[in-house]
Amino acid sequence: MKFSLSWLKDYLDTDASLETILETLNAIGLEVDSVNSPADKLAPFTVAEVLSAEKHPDADKLKVCKVSNGSEEMQIVCGAPNAREGIKVVLGRPGDYVPGLDVTLKKAKIRGVESIGMMCSAKELELGEDHDGIIELPSDAPVGTSYVDYADLDDPVIDIEITPNRQDCLGVFGIARDLAAAGLGTLKAPSEDKIEGTFDSDISVSIDLPEDAATACTTFYGRKFTGVKNGPSPQWLQDRLTSIGLRPISKLVDVTNYITHDLGRPLHVYDASKLTGNLKARMANAGEKFTALDDKEYTANGTECVIADDAGVQGFGGVIGGLDTGCQDDTTEVVLEAALFDPVRTAFTGRDQGLITDARYRFERGVDPLFVGQGIEIATRMILDLCGGEVSHVFSAGEKPSWDRTVAFRSERVKTLGGVDLPAADSVSILEKLGFKVEGNDPYTIQVPSWRCDIIGEPDIVEEVLRIHGYDNIPSVQLPVRDKKAGTTLSDRQKRARAAKRRLASVGMHEAVTWSFMNRKHAEVFGGGGEDLIVGNPISSELDCMRPSILPNLMQAAQRNKDRGLGGVSLFEVGPCYANDSEKGQQLVACGIRSGNTSERHWAKAQEAVSVFDAKRDALAALEAIGAPVANLQVFEEAPNYYHPGRSGTLRLGPKNILASFGELHPKALKAMDADGPIAGFEVYLDKVPGKRGKSAAKGAVSITNLQSVERDFAFLLANDKRVADLTRAIQGADKKHISGVSVFDVYAGKGVPEDHRSIAISVALTPLDETFSDKDIEAISEKVIAAASKAVGATLRA
Amino acid sequence: MQEQISSLREDITGRINEAADLAALEDIRVSTLGKKGSVSALMKGLGGMSPDERKVMGPALNSLKNDVANEIAARKEALEEIELEARLASERVDVTLPVFEHPKGSVHPISQVMDEISEIFANLGFDVAEGPDIENDFHNFTALNIPEEHPARQDHDTFYLQPDENGDRKVLRTHTSPVQIRTMMSQEPPIRIIAPGRTYRSDSDATHTPMFHQVEGLVIDKDTTLAHLKGTLEAFIKAFFEVDNVTLRLRPSYFPFTEPSMEVDVQCSFEGGTVKIGDGNDWLEILGSGMVNTKVLEACNLDPNVYQGFAFGCGIDRLAMLKYGMSDLRAFFDADLRWLKHYGFAALDLPTLAGGLSR
Repeated sequence: MKFSLSWLKDYLDTDASLETILETLNAIGLEVDSVNSPADKLAPFTVAEVLSAEKHPDADKLKVCKVSNGSEEMQIVCGAPNAREGIKVVLGRPGDYVPGLDVTLKKAKIRGVESIGMMCSAKELELGEDHDGIIELPSDAPVGTSYVDYADLDDPVIDIEITPNRQDCLGVFGIARDLAAAGLGTLKAPSEDKIEGTFDSDISVSIDLPEDAATACTTFYGRKFTGVKNGPSPQWLQDRLTSIGLRPISKLVDVTNYITHDLGRPLHVYDASKLTGNLKARMANAGEKFTALDDKEYTANGTECVIADDAGVQGFGGVIGGLDTGCQDDTTEVVLEAALFDPVRTAFTGRDQGLITDARYRFERGVDPLFVGQGIEIATRMILDLCGGEVSHVFSAGEKPSWDRTVAFRSERVKTLGGVDLPAADSVSILEKLGFKVEGNDPYTIQVPSWRCDIIGEPDIVEEVLRIHGYDNIPSVQLPVRDKKAGTTLSDRQKRARAAKRRLASVGMHEAVTWSFMNRKHAEVFGGGGEDLIVGNPISSELDCMRPSILPNLMQAAQRNKDRGLGGVSLFEVGPCYANDSEKGQQLVACGIRSGNTSERHWAKAQEAVSVFDAKRDALAALEAIGAPVANLQVFEEAPNYYHPGRSGTLRLGPKNILASFGELHPKALKAMDADGPIAGFEVYLDKVPGKRGKSAAKGAVSITNLQSVERDFAFLLANDKRVADLTRAIQGADKKHISGVSVFDVYAGKGVPEDHRSIAISVALTPLDETFSDKDIEAISEKVIAAASKAVGATLRA
Repeated sequence: MQEQISSLREDITGRINEAADLAALEDIRVSTLGKKGSVSALMKGLGGMSPDERKVMGPALNSLKNDVANEIAARKEALEEIELEARLASERVDVTLPVFEHPKGSVHPISQVMDEISEIFANLGFDVAEGPDIENDFHNFTALNIPEEHPARQDHDTFYLQPDENGDRKVLRTHTSPVQIRTMMSQEPPIRIIAPGRTYRSDSDATHTPMFHQVEGLVIDKDTTLAHLKGTLEAFIKAFFEVDNVTLRLRPSYFPFTEPSMEVDVQCSFEGGTVKIGDGNDWLEILGSGMVNTKVLEACNLDPNVYQGFAFGCGIDRLAMLKYGMSDLRAFFDADLRWLKHYGFAALDLPTLAGGLSR
C-alpha cells in the first residue's frame, strides 16, 4: 500500500516528522517497506534558461543550445523538438545522475559539437511518462533555484505492507486513523455531505441470487450521471495516482481508482449508453464469457457472482468490470456502482480466474459495510467536480448495510495474555481512540467498528491495546525452569541422524543438503516416480517428483564438482526419501557416495579406484555410529537394481529387515544421471535400526585375562561360489569359548590355487580362560576350526 | 714374570684400542680372556707356583684380567656408539615431505545450526519434535486457521502433489507450523517443543529457494504470556549469536495462527558489509511469532479458556547466513565441495553450551 506524505496529511493533521511517522507505522503494525523520495534523487537539478538555440551543423534534428543556470553558461546539444530560445528548463550538469535513464552525465561530443549537461524530460526524471520533449517551466520560474524546491517535489512516497487482517488500512484514510489513535495528530474525517440527485435513473439494479449464494452480493448502490465530460484528469490527481504506481486513464476511471486507494472503497463506472437494459447481480452461468477491462476474455465456471445487463455478463462482482461497458474518453452517461461482495466468493473468483485486482484485494479482506453510502456520495461529488453533468438519485438493491459485533473483554487479559500490566482505563482509552465503543464494567462489552471486521475475539482486543500502547512495553520474562531429564530433548531418530552425520564427516565425507525433489525420469531409475509423489506445480521439470533415494542427487553433485575440476568426491546427506505420500512413506536415510579414486595421488600411498568395499565400510561406520548391532548383521548379495549386480549388497538384521544397501553404481544408473564412474554408494535406512533395548547406561562387566592370547594362521581353499562370510562365521563358531577374533588377511587366486577357488588366509585369535594354552590345546582348537570350515563351506587347508 | 705381564698388558691394550669394530673386539676378548686366551693361560700357571710367588702374582694377574675386561667393555661401548650413529645417519629421511593426511570431512552448516538451536532450547526445557514433509491441507492450513479462501494462502506459494481419487491434493509443507498441530493433537500440555525441518515454497532467487529450513517453537500451558515469548526469544538470540546483549524490536503483525502476533527484529549493524548482531543502528527481521490463536487451540481439541501459549517460526538457513556470513542461499543446496569445505564444520565441532556453540 503506497501513499505520499501529503496525501496522508489530507486526513492527518500532524507536525510529526517523517521519521516519527515511519517509526510509528512500524510500531503499530503497518510495516514500512520503503520510503521513496523523488526529491533525494533530483536534488542536483536546477531551473535554467535557454539563451539561444541554433541548428546543429551536422544534424537536422539536433539543436545547439546556450543554457544559463544564473551563475554559468553552458553549451548543450539537445534533440527535443521543444528546445528553443527563451524557455525555462530543468538542467542536469556533468556528474548528476539521471534516474529515468540510469546514467550519470558527463561532458560529451555529439556529432562533433561539445555538450555539457542535459535538459531533462519528465520521464528522464521519473516524474511522468512524458518523453515528447523537455520539461518547460513557466516563464516566471527563477533561474538557479533547485528544481525540487521550485516544483515542491519534497513529498516522499511511503510503501507499507498491510497484513491480510488490516483491510481498513487499504485506504489512506484508514492509515491516518491508526496514526491518530497512536497519538500522532488529529484525524480529519472524509466528507459526509450528501449530494441530492436531480432526476430518477432510467437504469435500475436488482439482486437475483439463489439462497445458497445469498451473501454473494448483499448491497448494490447505483447512481446515473448525464452530460459528463470525460478526459484526462487534472494534474494533481494524475500526480497522486502516478506517485503510487497507478497509470492515470481518464477522469471517470481515475476517480474510482483514487477512492479505492484513498478510502478503501472499490467502485465501478459503466458507460450507461453501452448498457442494455438494467443491471443485475446474479450467479454466472457456467460457460458465460466476457472481455474484462484487462482486455482478456474470461469464461465463468458458474460459481462467480457477476454483474450483468440484458446483453450478458459485464463484470465479475468485486473483481473486475467488462471492457464493452467501460468508460471511454467520449463517455457522457455513466452508472456508478458501489456494492458489497462476499469476501470468500470474491477470493475464489479471483483465484479461479487468475485475477488479482485492487477491488478483489479489498473485497476478499472485507470492506467496511457501513461506508457504501458515504463512499458513493464522495465519488459523486468528485465526478461532478471533475466532469460536470447531472446526477440521479441513488438507486439500490439488496439490504441496507448493517454491522453489529460485540466482544467481551476482561482488562486483566492485557496482563495475563499480553504480559503487560496496564490499568483498565488505559486500555479503554486506546480502544476508544481506535473507534471501538466500550460499554459495561470490567468485563467490558466492546462494540467493534464496522471497518474492523478482523476483530473477532478477546485476543484481538488485547492486540489492539498492546499495539497502540507499544509492543516495546512488553517485558521480558523467562519461562519457569522445567524438570526435564537430560538427553530427552532429541528423539532416538534425531540422535541417529546426528550420530550418522558426525561419523560420516569423521571418515572424510562432506555433508551436502540437496532438494527433496528431483526429475521424475531419474526417480524412476532409482525405484521411484510413483503417481502419488509427482509435484503438480513444480518449479521446473527437473524438480517434479519426490525423491526415492538421495543417490541421484549426490551423483549429480559429484559430477558438478568433477566438471569444476574437483575429482575424488566424497559426499553424504542425511535426509528424507519418499516411498509414498503417507507419513510413514517418508524415511530418514543416510546416503553417501565416493567417486573416482579413494585418495588424491600421493607419494606415500598407491591410488585406488573406489569400490564396493569403500561403500560397505562407510555403511558399517554409519550403522555402528547409530547403535546398530553391527556384529549380528548379515550380508546379502541382492541389492536394488541401480547397483552393479555383482558388486553390491545389503546389510540385514535377520533375513527381512534391510538396514542398508551398498555397492558400485550400475553403469546404466551412471548413464541415466550423466555421471562418470566409478561411483560407490550406500544408503543406511535409519528408521529400520531397532531402538536401544535396555535403558541402563551401565555396560556390563568386561572380561580381561592376564593369560597370553595366541594367534594361529590358516590358509583355506574356498570355492568361488562359497562366501567368505560363511567361512568366517563357521570358524568363529568352532569354539566360541576360546576364539576371540577371526580376520581375513589375504585373498589370493591364481598360480597354485585350483581353478574356481580362492585361497583365503585367516588369522584366528585364541584367548585362554583359566590357564595358558598348551600346544595340545591349540592343536585341538585348530582341528575344530578346520572341521568347521570343511563342514560349512567345503573349505580345505591349502597344502 | 712381572715383565711378561707388563708387556702382555701393553700389547693387549694396544690391540683393544685398535679394534675397528665389535667383531674384532670379540676376537681380542676370546684371544685374551677366553678359555685358551693369553691371560687365561697365565692364570692357569698360578696353580704351579709357590705360595709366596702366588701371593705376589695372584693379585697381579687378577688385576690384569680385570683391566683387560674393563678395557674391552669400554671399547665395546664406544664402538656401539659409533655403529649406532652410523645406522641413524643412514636412516635419515626428508621430514619436510608432506604426509598422507587423515581424512577430513565436514558437517553442513544447516546441520550445525540445527544442533546449535537444539542445544540452546534443550537448556530452556524444550523437546525437539518432527513432522512429515508431505502434509495434508488440514495440518498445513485449516487447523492453523488458514481456510481455503484466506489471502494468506496466496502468500505461501504452495507446492501441491497430484490430486488423489477424491480430488484432495497433499502439499509440501510451506512451514514447520503443522508440527504444532501434530504435537498439540498427540500430547497433553504442558508443551515445550521446537520443530526444525525442511519446508517448501515455489520461489527461487538469491534469498529464496524452493526448499529451505525453518524451526518452529511452541509453548502451551496455562499462564504463558507474550512476556515469556519475548524472554525466550531474547535468550535464544543471545545464545545463538553468542553476544552479551541483544535488543529486540517487536512489531505488531498478522499470522492466522497467532493472536496477538508480532514480527521480531534484532538490532544490528551492517558496517563493513557484514552483519553484526547486538548493536548498531539497523534492524533485521528474524522471525514471526505470537500467542497461539484460540481457533488453533480449538482445532487441536484444547480448551482455549484453560490453555494458552506462544509459537514462533524462524528460517534456519537465514540464521546460518547471518551468523556465518554466507551471502547466497542457493549455494547451500549446490554441494560445491569448495563451499562445503569452507563453510562446513569438523565432525568433532559438536556445539555445546559448556564448550561454546562455535569455535
